[in-house]
Amino acid sequence: MPAPTTNGVQTNGTGPSGPQSGSANDRIQRFSAPSRPLSPRSEHALFHDRTRCFVYGLQPRAVQGMLDFDFICKRKSPSVAGIIYTFGGQFVSKMYWGTSETLLPVYQDVTNAIAKHTDVDTVVNFASSRSVYTSTMELMNFPQIKSIAIIAEGVPERRAREILYVAKSKGITIIGPATVGGIKPGAYKIGNTGGMMDNIVASKLYRKGSVAYVSKSGGMSNELNNIICQNSDGVYEGVAIGGDRYPGTTFIDHILRYQEDPEAKLIVLLGEVGGVEEYKVIEAIKDGTITKPIVAWAIGTCASMFKTEVQFGHAGSMANSQLETAAVKNKSMKDAGIYVPDTFEDMPAVLANVYSDLVKKGTIKPQPEPVPPKIPIDYSWAQELGLIRKPAAFISTISDDRGQELLYAGMPISDVFKEEIGIGGVMSLLWFRRRLPNYAGRFLEMVLMLTADHGPAVSGAMNTIITTRAGKDLISALVSGLLTIGSRFGGALDGAAEEFTKAFDKGLSPRDFVDTMRKENKLIPGIGHRVKSRNNPDLRVELVKEFVKKNFPACKMLDYAIAVETVTTSKKDNLILNVDGCVAVCFVDLMRNCGAFSAEEAEDYLKMGVLNGLFVLGRSIGLIAHYLDQKRLRTGLYRHPWDDITYLLPTLASGGTGGAPGKEGRVEVSL
Amino acid sequence: MSAKSILEADGKAILNYHLTRAPVIKPTPLPPSATHNPPSRLAQLYFAEDADVKGVLDAAETTYPWLLQKDAKFVAKPDQLIKRRGKSGLLALNKTWEQAKAWIEERAGKEQQVQTVKGALRQFLVEPFVPHPDGTEYYININSVRDGDNILFTAEGGVDVGDVDEKAKKILIPVDLSQFPSNDELASTLLHDVPKGVHNVLIDFISRLYAVYVDCQFTYLEINPLVVIPNADATSAEVHFLDLAAKLDQTADFECGVKWAVARGPAALGQPVPKADKVSIDAGPPMEFPAPFGRELSKEESYISELDAKTGASLKLTVLNSKGRVWTLVAGGGASVVYADAIASAGFADELANYGEYSGAPTETQTYYYARTVLDLMLRAPMHPEGKVLFIGGGIANFTNVAATFKGVIRALREVAPTLVEHKVQIWVRRAGPNYQEGLKNIKAVGEELKLNMHVYGPDMHVSGIVPLALVPGKKDKEPVKEFSGH
Repeated sequence: MPAPTTNGVQTNGTGPSGPQSGSANDRIQRFSAPSRPLSPRSEHALFHDRTRCFVYGLQPRAVQGMLDFDFICKRKSPSVAGIIYTFGGQFVSKMYWGTSETLLPVYQDVTNAIAKHTDVDTVVNFASSRSVYTSTMELMNFPQIKSIAIIAEGVPERRAREILYVAKSKGITIIGPATVGGIKPGAYKIGNTGGMMDNIVASKLYRKGSVAYVSKSGGMSNELNNIICQNSDGVYEGVAIGGDRYPGTTFIDHILRYQEDPEAKLIVLLGEVGGVEEYKVIEAIKDGTITKPIVAWAIGTCASMFKTEVQFGHAGSMANSQLETAAVKNKSMKDAGIYVPDTFEDMPAVLANVYSDLVKKGTIKPQPEPVPPKIPIDYSWAQELGLIRKPAAFISTISDDRGQELLYAGMPISDVFKEEIGIGGVMSLLWFRRRLPNYAGRFLEMVLMLTADHGPAVSGAMNTIITTRAGKDLISALVSGLLTIGSRFGGALDGAAEEFTKAFDKGLSPRDFVDTMRKENKLIPGIGHRVKSRNNPDLRVELVKEFVKKNFPACKMLDYAIAVETVTTSKKDNLILNVDGCVAVCFVDLMRNCGAFSAEEAEDYLKMGVLNGLFVLGRSIGLIAHYLDQKRLRTGLYRHPWDDITYLLPTLASGGTGGAPGKEGRVEVSL
Repeated sequence: MSAKSILEADGKAILNYHLTRAPVIKPTPLPPSATHNPPSRLAQLYFAEDADVKGVLDAAETTYPWLLQKDAKFVAKPDQLIKRRGKSGLLALNKTWEQAKAWIEERAGKEQQVQTVKGALRQFLVEPFVPHPDGTEYYININSVRDGDNILFTAEGGVDVGDVDEKAKKILIPVDLSQFPSNDELASTLLHDVPKGVHNVLIDFISRLYAVYVDCQFTYLEINPLVVIPNADATSAEVHFLDLAAKLDQTADFECGVKWAVARGPAALGQPVPKADKVSIDAGPPMEFPAPFGRELSKEESYISELDAKTGASLKLTVLNSKGRVWTLVAGGGASVVYADAIASAGFADELANYGEYSGAPTETQTYYYARTVLDLMLRAPMHPEGKVLFIGGGIANFTNVAATFKGVIRALREVAPTLVEHKVQIWVRRAGPNYQEGLKNIKAVGEELKLNMHVYGPDMHVSGIVPLALVPGKKDKEPVKEFSGH
C-alpha cells in the first residue's frame, strides 16, 4: 500500500511502507526541515549530532559516505542538507539512507541554497584549487555559515591567507585547505574522513570516546583513529588541519576548543616539520590556558639528517629555521610537559599509559560498548571486492574503453597506428573481430573508395542534396540519402552476391545460370551497364579484377562471374559484369578463401548484410561531400518545377460532400 | 607543489619586467615612470653533462651580442640556488668578457663543494658589472608569514650585511592590502638611517617591488646588495639588483603563469623573437623550478615526476643515497615521512636510499611503474654484505583500493624476484585500508612462492612499527603483534 502523503511529502519516517509492494518511489525517504529553530550550539562545539551542512561540488561518493556514517550513528536526519553545484543541471541527487533511498536537493547558487536551509551552518567545500577562493569568499558573505572545510590541494598561499584573514574577522572556522576534513564520532563526518565504512566500524567511529585529536596530515588522521581506538576508549573528535603552509585554523584553535569541551578528556596532537604553530600550544600550556593532558609528536625528524633539502609530500613541511624542525619541536613540547614519545612508534604505548592513568583517576569512565551497527555494502564496491555477481544486460565483444588504452578486438589503439593497419584493418577488427591479411584490408579500402560516390544524380545523392537545400543539418542530410539504400539502390551488391553464390554452390554452369534466370524472368544483379561494354570496359571493374587476381589466394567466384559475363555479353554487348557485381563476388571470394573464416561464418556474415554495410560506409563519404558542396554553394530551397511532374488526379463523383467517411462516393482514375 | 626557489636570472627578469607594470597598492611619492625598463641583460649559460664548454660560450656571443661590446665589464657567477657565493669564491666581478669566459671555462661542469654539499656547476649567469658609489648599497628582504608580508630593509647591504634580523628595520604589511601603510609610515619605519634626500626614490622602489611581490605571488624575495643611484634632483633613480634570491608560489601558476612567462620571454629579454614553429600556452617559456644545488634530478627521478604530472594521483621520488641499504616504497604523504623518521631514528639516516610516496589512488599500472623504478634503482646498486631492506609501507588508506595498488607492486616484485634473493633483500610490508585483506594475502602468497624474505603486517601493527622491527636488532622477538596470517 502506498503511504499516505500530504503535499507530496511522505509522512512515514519509519521505513519503507508495506511489505515489498510499493513502487520505487515508495522506497525514497524524505526529510522535512526542522519545525523549530535549533538551540544555538555552544562556542566550543563546531559540530554536533544535528549539524547540517552543504557539500559544495559534485562528490556523490563522499556524500554517500557522510550519509552512511550518519545512518550508523543513528542520526535522525542526514548531515547533508543539500549539494551546491554551480555547473548545475540536476535538481536532485539520489542517495542511499541505509537501505532506502533519499533525495538531496542540488542548488546552482549559494544564495538559493542558504535561503532554503536556514539550519545549515557549515560547508564542505570540494571546489578545485582554482575556484575554491571565490567560492569560499562567497560562502563567507552569509552570516549563517560558521565553518567551512576546504578540501582542495594547491591553493595559492596568498589566497589561503586572504581567506583566513576574512574568516578570522568574521569569526568563521576554516578547516584546510589540503585536508580530508575531520570527524566527530557519533555525530558528523566531513567528506571522506575516516575512509570506508569497514574502517569506520573497525575504529569505532560510530560512537564517541574521550580522546580529541588534531593532526596536520589528513592521511595520518586515519592512522590516529586506529591508534586511539586501540589504546583508549576511542575518538571524541578529530580534525586534520591540512598540510599547507597556511592552514585556516591551526592546532591551537582546535585544542582550545577541546580544552573548553568537558567531554574531551585527553588531547592528541600530531604536528610536522615546518611552521611554528606547535609553539602556540606550548605557550598556552605555559600560561595555564590549557590544562588537559596532551600526547604529541611532530613528524619529519629525519629532515635535519639529510644533506640537501627535501620537499616532503606536504607543501608546508619544510623547515625555514631551526625552530621549525621536528626535532626541536618535539623537545620543546616535551619540556613544556606534553607527553612526547621517543619515536612515533612509541606513541601508542604513551597514549595507553596516559589513558589508563585518567581511568584510574576516574576522569574517564569507560562506557559499555554498543553493538556495532551494520551497513549494507555498496554494489560497486562489493563488485570490486569480488563478493557479488549479476548477469549483465549487455554484452560487447568488439571494443573496450575501460583500460589504460582503447582496445579494438583486443588490439590497443597505439598498435593500430604502429602497425599502420589502415581503415581496412580497423574494419576487419571491428566488423569481424580478427586481423585479416593485409590484402584483405586493402581490398576493403578499395571497395570504400570505389563506392564513395557516383555523381549527384543517383537517388541517395539527390535526397541528400534536396535535404541540404531545405536547410537541414549534416546528419539529417546524410541519413536521408542513406535511407534510399536498399534492394534497388545500392542493393545490387547483396543481390549479386546472393544469386552468384547460390548458382555456384548449386553447381550450375554459367550458361545454366543465365538460362535459369531468364526462364524465371529475373535480371541477374551485377550484370549490365548503361554505357560501358566489352569494348569499352569499366575501369573500376578492371582495377578490382587485377587486384584480386594478383593478391587473393583464390577467386573462384570471380572466375565464375567472368564466365557468366561471357555468356551475357554474347547476347548484348553492354551486359558486362558491373562494378557492383564484381565487388560482390570478390568479397565472397575473400570471405571464403582468406583463411580467417569458416564456411559457416562466411555465410553468416553475408546473410547479416555486411556487403550493404560496405556500401553504406563507402557512400557516406560521397553523401557528406554532397552536403558540404551544397552548403558551400549556398544553394537555396529546392522546388521541383511543375512542368516536370505529370499531374494525374482522380475526379471525384458529384455529391461527395457530406458523405460519411469511407462513403464519399466512388473514386475513378481516368487515363 | 609549494613555494619553490627560482633561478636568480628568472627572478631578475620578473622584477625588471613587472616593476613598472604591476599595479601599485597605493600611490607612491613619484609619478609613474613614462617608459618601461629596457630589457634586462642576463646571459644564461647552461652546461649539460656532455656539453662542449667552448661551444656554449661561443653560442652565447650570438644570443647576447652585448657581451662583445668594447670595454664592457661583467659579473659572472653560477646560478644554482647557492647561498653566499662570494664567500665560496664563486663570484667573478669586474671582468672583461674574455676573462669571464676563462673563469667560467675553468668551472663549468666541475664538481664543487659548498659547505656540506657537493654538486656540479652547470648553470651560470653573466651580467653587466655595475660600478656604483659608496653608500648606494642597500639590503631588502620580503618574506611571507601567516598574517602578512614582512619587509626588512637596511642601508648597509653587501656581502658583509651580517645579522639582518637584528639590524634591519622591519614592517609587516597585512594580508588585507587596504591596510597598506602610508608613504610616511613606510619611510619612518624602514628608512630611519637613510638620508632624507633619497626617501622618495626608495619608497617608490619599495612600493613597486612589493607590488610585484604580490602580483607575481612571490613567497620570498631577498636583494642584496640593492643599488639605488638617484638622479641629480632625486625624482627618479637607477636601480640595480646585484644579487637576488627568490621563491615563487608554484601553486599560483594558474593565476601568475602568464606573468612569469612573459617576463622571461625573448621579447622581454631583448632577444630576437624566434618564428613560432611551436604553439606554447603563454607568451614565454613556462617557469622552471630548479632542483636544489647538489641534487640534480636523476633519470629515474625525472621519469617519476613526469609520471606524476600526468595523473591526478601523486607519485614522488627523491634519491638520497643510491648506494644506501634501506629502500622505501611507501603510500601516503604523511606515512612516507613517518617511515623516513623511523629509519633515521633507528640510526640508518645515512643508509636511507630514497624518499618517496605514491598516493591519491594511483592505478595498478602506475603503481607498477613506480615500484619497478624503485626496485630497479635498489638492485642496480652493488650488493651489500648485510643485504638490503625494503619497506613496502603505508597508512590506513582512505579510499585507495589496497589490493589494486598491491597488484602493481606484486607485478614489479615478480619481475626481479631472483635478483631480490641474490641481493639478500628483506621485505617488510605494512598496509591497511579498503580491501587490505586481499592485498596482503596476495603479496604474502607471492613472497612464499618466490621464496622472498618477507614479513607482512596489517592494521594491528603501528604504521611504521615494522621499521624498528627490521632495523633494531632483537626487537623482532619482543614484538607482540602477529604477522598477517592471510585469513
